Amino acid sequence: MAVLQFREAIREALSEEMRLDESIVLMGEEVAEYDGAYKVTQGMYKEFGGKRIIDTPISELGFSGIGVGAAMNGLRPIIEFMTFNFAVVGIDQIINNAAKLKHMSGGQVKIPIVFRGPNASGGQLAATHSVAYETIYAHIPGLKVIYPSEPADAKGLLKTAIRDNDPVIFLESEQMYGLKGEVPEQEEFLIPMGKGKIKREGTDVTLVAHGKMYHVAKQAAEQLAKDGIEAEIIDPRTIKPLDIEMIVNSVKKTNRCVVVDETHPFCGFSAEVGFLIQREAFDYLDAPVQRVTIPDVPAPFAKNLLDLWLPKPKQVIDAVNAVMYRN
Amino acid sequence: MSNNSGDGFTPTGVVYKSTTLPKPTQKNHKELGLKDDDLMPLFRSMYLQRRFEERSAQMYQKGKFGGFLHLYIGQEAISTGTVAALNDNDDIIGAYRVHGLALARGTEPKYCMAELFGKSTGVSRGKGGSMHFFDVKRHFWGGHAIVGAHIPLAAGMAMANKYQNNGRVVICFFGDGAVDQGSLNETFNMAQLWKLPVIFVVENNGYSMGTAVERHSAGQLHKRAVAYDMKNDVVNGLDVFTIIEKISEVAEDVRKTSEPWFLEIKTYRYRGHSMSDPGNYRTKEELEEFKSFDPIERLKSYMIDNKLAVEDDFKAIEDEIEQIVLDAIDFAEESDFPDPKELYEDVYEQQDYPYHT
Repeated sequence: MAVLQFREAIREALSEEMRLDESIVLMGEEVAEYDGAYKVTQGMYKEFGGKRIIDTPISELGFSGIGVGAAMNGLRPIIEFMTFNFAVVGIDQIINNAAKLKHMSGGQVKIPIVFRGPNASGGQLAATHSVAYETIYAHIPGLKVIYPSEPADAKGLLKTAIRDNDPVIFLESEQMYGLKGEVPEQEEFLIPMGKGKIKREGTDVTLVAHGKMYHVAKQAAEQLAKDGIEAEIIDPRTIKPLDIEMIVNSVKKTNRCVVVDETHPFCGFSAEVGFLIQREAFDYLDAPVQRVTIPDVPAPFAKNLLDLWLPKPKQVIDAVNAVMYRN
Repeated sequence: MSNNSGDGFTPTGVVYKSTTLPKPTQKNHKELGLKDDDLMPLFRSMYLQRRFEERSAQMYQKGKFGGFLHLYIGQEAISTGTVAALNDNDDIIGAYRVHGLALARGTEPKYCMAELFGKSTGVSRGKGGSMHFFDVKRHFWGGHAIVGAHIPLAAGMAMANKYQNNGRVVICFFGDGAVDQGSLNETFNMAQLWKLPVIFVVENNGYSMGTAVERHSAGQLHKRAVAYDMKNDVVNGLDVFTIIEKISEVAEDVRKTSEPWFLEIKTYRYRGHSMSDPGNYRTKEELEEFKSFDPIERLKSYMIDNKLAVEDDFKAIEDEIEQIVLDAIDFAEESDFPDPKELYEDVYEQQDYPYHT
């Protein structure tokens, strides 16, 4: 095991796969000569050169579409968005072209492409720079969506995503890039898409949390343990396809569930998980499923309001108390 | 007129001609490197597109299929000339008025008609319809119906060709309406910066749906390229020889220099934007005038005048094509609709993808 920062784990996945497959190119803003806006691609331009590590102008629509066209015609592009908040300028290329061309052509084209970059809030960046996009992309047939919470998951899943022949949305986080974690050192460290992980075993309540919210759930679970409550944490890691089986099995054991989620509540990830649990495990539930999400408002700038906006361990603990009928 | 792109009705009630045509090439077929025997296939190709679409319109009106139907009638010299000028493995991509391009590239009419009917034997297995013909083995990459959204795809395909050093050129067709999209401008910038081997072609038929080009686009269309230092030109699109001459010349330059081009091809569509378009934004006189420049009749007259064929030769070809189109209709009618299980096919490459329910 090596201890790596999140950004280093991603860089290892990118570099290892690029060494194995000449058809992979990486494009985005500041990925090459600047060495990456968040230093994820640091050193890669030096190793792979300008033919494969390509600085783009600030034209998200244009370079997303160029990536899709290159994927149709034999390359395996990785498109880096400086943040997914900027990807909305080019989202037509993702939800119409990347996701649907295989289908509309009756299967004649395939689009092996990865769109990656930071997602969700990153501090006091105000409303347009703080959106968690996983449910928006997960809504679209043809796409696969990953949002890992720890460096090892990031590396194993990104390598799998790059090798996958379907378009994959791979979501990261500015605030997690410096997070350290143990990462297996073997070359072929691959984590399958669509498989969650039980990150903490427990018997009293199931917490479902991915991405940055996993860490909020973890802090809550540690606090709850001091109170004698053992929470089981399921990190789905992949949003689509979702490992609902793992979640349902856990709920069948604990009979209670709280979903911790950085997307908005309406039609958000928590809404989907809550629905699936009632359908698959209704008779096992001892309490309605609860959720902790950001509110149905855009991210504010003011520090005190942002603190209110972003889910905190305290809210998770309150929700656990609610599903356990504790005061 | 302030430029030669033309106009339709204006708020003051003044009517302009939508498109003024540049002069066609003055070269004869031999000067363009075409043999006598090369001409009848050009006629065949254009006439097939014409009859295929006239019959398609009839089938649509009879309620044989639904969706949109955008006809290419009047513009056939562009598809036929392009295919004649390019190599068979050069990549062609178009917008949503592409029946002609597919047929010119050699896709069998019966598979095209079956696609219109939404049958599983269709060229896109009934998943795409009129706007989304794909025949990738013939390097025909669709069929794209979000206006301008396929322009970056063409540049990306060219990037892949250049990366693989395979000598292929991409040609990307779109209508005059697409010139106004941001996708065109972003793509032009990167295509020129990165020297991508791609030919962008606006088929300027005078109208973005019902809005005359002078009312939707500032300046002359081909001059959009000037801001990016991209090579560009404007040519007559109703003369197949002109298209062959220009596309050959441009493709050779792109192959040699790996620099993109932007061509404005002035053309005219006889039919409405789609089947629901009564065409009250243009005059009957304008339509009749352009019909007098018909690309198919033009080639036919050239061949007769130069004693390369007689009326009976054309009649035989026309009868043969009529039968091919009628057979295509029978094929489409008799083909099965996609099996219900095909609803869950062609979405993911992953064969065992666990669809959400």
